[in-house]
Amino acid sequence: MLAWILLFLPLLAAAANQLYLKRNAFIASMVSTASVVASFGIALVLLGQQGATVAPLPWLSLDGGEGLQLTLELDRLSTGMMVIVTGIGMLVHLFSLGYMAEDSAKARYFTGLSFFMFSMTGIVLAGNFIMTFIFWELVGFSSYLLIGHWYQKDSAADAAKKAFIVNRIGDFGFMIGILMLFGITGTFVFDGMKEGLGNFQTANAGFFTENSAAFTVLLGTALLCVFCGAVGKSAQFPLHVWLPDAMEGPTPVSALIHAATMVAAGIYMLFRVQLALDLDFAATFAGDVIAWIGGITALLAALMATQQNDIKRVLAYSTLSQLGYMVMATGLGGGEAGMFHLYTHAWFKALLFLGSGAVIYACHHEQDIWKMGGLLRKMPITGATFIAGTAALIAVPFTSGFFSKEAILHAAHDHKALFWLAVVVAVLTPFYMTRLVIVAFLGKTRTDDAGHAKEVPPVMWVPLAVLGVLAIISGFTWVNGLAPATPAHAGEFHPNALFWISLGALVAGVVPAFLLYRDRDRDPLSIALFRERFYLDAIYDKVVVRGIQNGSAAIVHFFDEFVVNGLIVGGASRLAESFGLLFRRVQSGNLQGYAFTFGIGLILVVYFTTFWK
Amino acid sequence: MPLPLFWFFALLMLVGGLAVIILRNPVAAALSMVASFVGLAGLFIGLDAYLVGIIQILVYAGAIMVLFLFIIMLLDLKTEQKRAPRAVPVVGGLGIVLAFTIQLIGVLGHVPGRESEPLDLVAAAANQSGGIQDKLKEGRLPDVNLVGDLMFTQYNLPLQIIAVLLLVATVGVVVLSKRQSA
Amino acid sequence: MAGLHSYLLVSGLLFAIGLAGVVLRRNIIVVFMCLELMLSAANLTLIAFSRFNTVDGLPDYHGQMLVFFVITVAAAEVAVGLAIIVALYRARQTIHTEDLTSMRG
Repeated sequence: MLAWILLFLPLLAAAANQLYLKRNAFIASMVSTASVVASFGIALVLLGQQGATVAPLPWLSLDGGEGLQLTLELDRLSTGMMVIVTGIGMLVHLFSLGYMAEDSAKARYFTGLSFFMFSMTGIVLAGNFIMTFIFWELVGFSSYLLIGHWYQKDSAADAAKKAFIVNRIGDFGFMIGILMLFGITGTFVFDGMKEGLGNFQTANAGFFTENSAAFTVLLGTALLCVFCGAVGKSAQFPLHVWLPDAMEGPTPVSALIHAATMVAAGIYMLFRVQLALDLDFAATFAGDVIAWIGGITALLAALMATQQNDIKRVLAYSTLSQLGYMVMATGLGGGEAGMFHLYTHAWFKALLFLGSGAVIYACHHEQDIWKMGGLLRKMPITGATFIAGTAALIAVPFTSGFFSKEAILHAAHDHKALFWLAVVVAVLTPFYMTRLVIVAFLGKTRTDDAGHAKEVPPVMWVPLAVLGVLAIISGFTWVNGLAPATPAHAGEFHPNALFWISLGALVAGVVPAFLLYRDRDRDPLSIALFRERFYLDAIYDKVVVRGIQNGSAAIVHFFDEFVVNGLIVGGASRLAESFGLLFRRVQSGNLQGYAFTFGIGLILVVYFTTFWK
Repeated sequence: MPLPLFWFFALLMLVGGLAVIILRNPVAAALSMVASFVGLAGLFIGLDAYLVGIIQILVYAGAIMVLFLFIIMLLDLKTEQKRAPRAVPVVGGLGIVLAFTIQLIGVLGHVPGRESEPLDLVAAAANQSGGIQDKLKEGRLPDVNLVGDLMFTQYNLPLQIIAVLLLVATVGVVVLSKRQSA
Repeated sequence: MAGLHSYLLVSGLLFAIGLAGVVLRRNIIVVFMCLELMLSAANLTLIAFSRFNTVDGLPDYHGQMLVFFVITVAAAEVAVGLAIIVALYRARQTIHTEDLTSMRG
């Protein structure tokens, strides 16, 4: 029962806001915040009810049988994820109260947030693939609404559209994957999938012994299709392009959706599938593909992050990179490590985003780090928490990120190439984050906007402080219980080879960055390839968007202009018109003309009555 | 009717008709039409339809054509201005007339011809009575009596209806030609 | 003696002349006269058939009855038609069919 309340409470809030409170922004924001606080409470209660079964709601019944039911799953994965989602959601709501206080469309913003909470709760609690898919799309939709919150700006409207469309590409594969898995296991419900898979294997045992590779290929293809959904939602290469653009949305939204929760849905879903099928991804070729895509994303995004000047974009690429880590770990069979990193990453990346939001708020919506500087003195709380988040992200020992990143490296250590790729990323991450902190928070103030910055109000720094504490401690064993999944030995400290590699990577990243960027007014490095994001966006824009858009525009134009307008609509009108013209000529108003026609009729009558055989 | 007489009246009628459509002056056209109707009346009489012939003269050539002339003078119509005849209507009209004539000849070529039988008045007298019978026995054709007999007995209802039609036409004409007062 | 063919031919020619007049002439009164010619041509046909179909030694008077009615209706038609023409002339100051094309579609 509680789980159902948890699911529908945000929807209720969103509906109330949309239907009755559009003009009453303050009450709307309070309703949303209250609903998310209640959600957080329920999520904490549910944490203690793991494994409980929730009565399903009948939904679609085709033959009078069970049909499709709305089922909720309450295991460690979903309850843990709920705590992350509602926890960060709550803090983001609080932060938004300050950040969006002046916004003219506050009610719409909070409606969107509540709707997002509903959708995200749906994904997390979904007990079957149909529900997952529905809420998956709803999440995409609410993300669209929130990215496009300032739709008056073209860039925001375009970014919202881009995010939605790119997600749709992935979702297409996702749907095929869901149907393939349904075809294999005969069920959409996660609980029954393992059994279904076993039945499928026994039913076709003869075939599979003859064609030993067939089963792996079939399952691998299905998993890859499902992975397509994750590629879209978690912004993996090559569909990563939407996430940096999504930074056009309000910063709290970026923190909630595009750092901590929604983009993590892909990894969550992959892990959910792993649990449901009780299967190691590494067992099929899908695992390799997933791991490599994750690894490539992590590396490319980290490289791109080193040359970005927009504070939010640096964080966005960092998010991409960390998501790549998680996907890589999942592909290598270390789904627990991926989820553990998701858990810690959610706290510290939400912290970083909210911190950047505070900075942007304080600097009058200035986002260029080269126009900031010296902010640590002006905004000590924000600065301190931001540095705490950075420490977690760059895996300073004994912060949460340290434990989870080590878990990922551990998961990758059997795969030499990916392991060293992960290490390279682990070097790049401290490099760009150190750059960001030094340029934005240390040194001297470079512009007036930054000079006038002052500490944000409590409603904004309290969430920062809470997240700052969590960013540091959430990796330790005694807080691990909150995590959706933990790998073995999570949160334990062993000074083994992995630790030294990790520490070496940290030093290798921080020290050059510190030397390079200390007291600089301009970026001493200029690598166009990284700054221009490997020209991927440009290529997409030129080839895919222009090509497809212009091509389909031509087709649509042809269809619209010639088929619809020319043949169907125009044809009908021209037919009527020409008939009209024809008869109009007959209706000349000329008496002689009528007499002439009459004469012809007379002759025809005589002809047909007399001479017609 | 002797053949020369038939052709005289027939030609009178046809030439009169042609004159109607050829002459530009409406008064001349109307007078030609009178001539045409006289020829037609001659043909009627030649077909032993004396009453119809007489009525043709009285009603058509007398009353209706006088009405035409009256209107022509009332409207004070001048001779039709010579307008450049347009080729299409002329060719079209003549074409239709030509086609019609060809069809006519074709039809007549197919239908077996028939010569008129002389009237057998004495034999007819057996079926009649009263004055008609007497006149028939005398060898005279009581045309008016026969028409009247038929019209007031068998065709009485149409006669009444046509009378109403004439009344309606009279009223209509009065209404139509009344000058509309503002 | 003239045969039925001769009468029918003459009557047909008269009808053709009338039709040609209706199509060719532009003076509406003359057009009207030509209509009368065509009616008369029909009358001639009726009378001819009546005479050549003798019943008991007499012409078929039913044909002649129809001619009377045609003449009567034609008289009424002429009266009404001419009244219309007068009204038309008053309204439009013309009786040329080329100028009377307000029914053009």
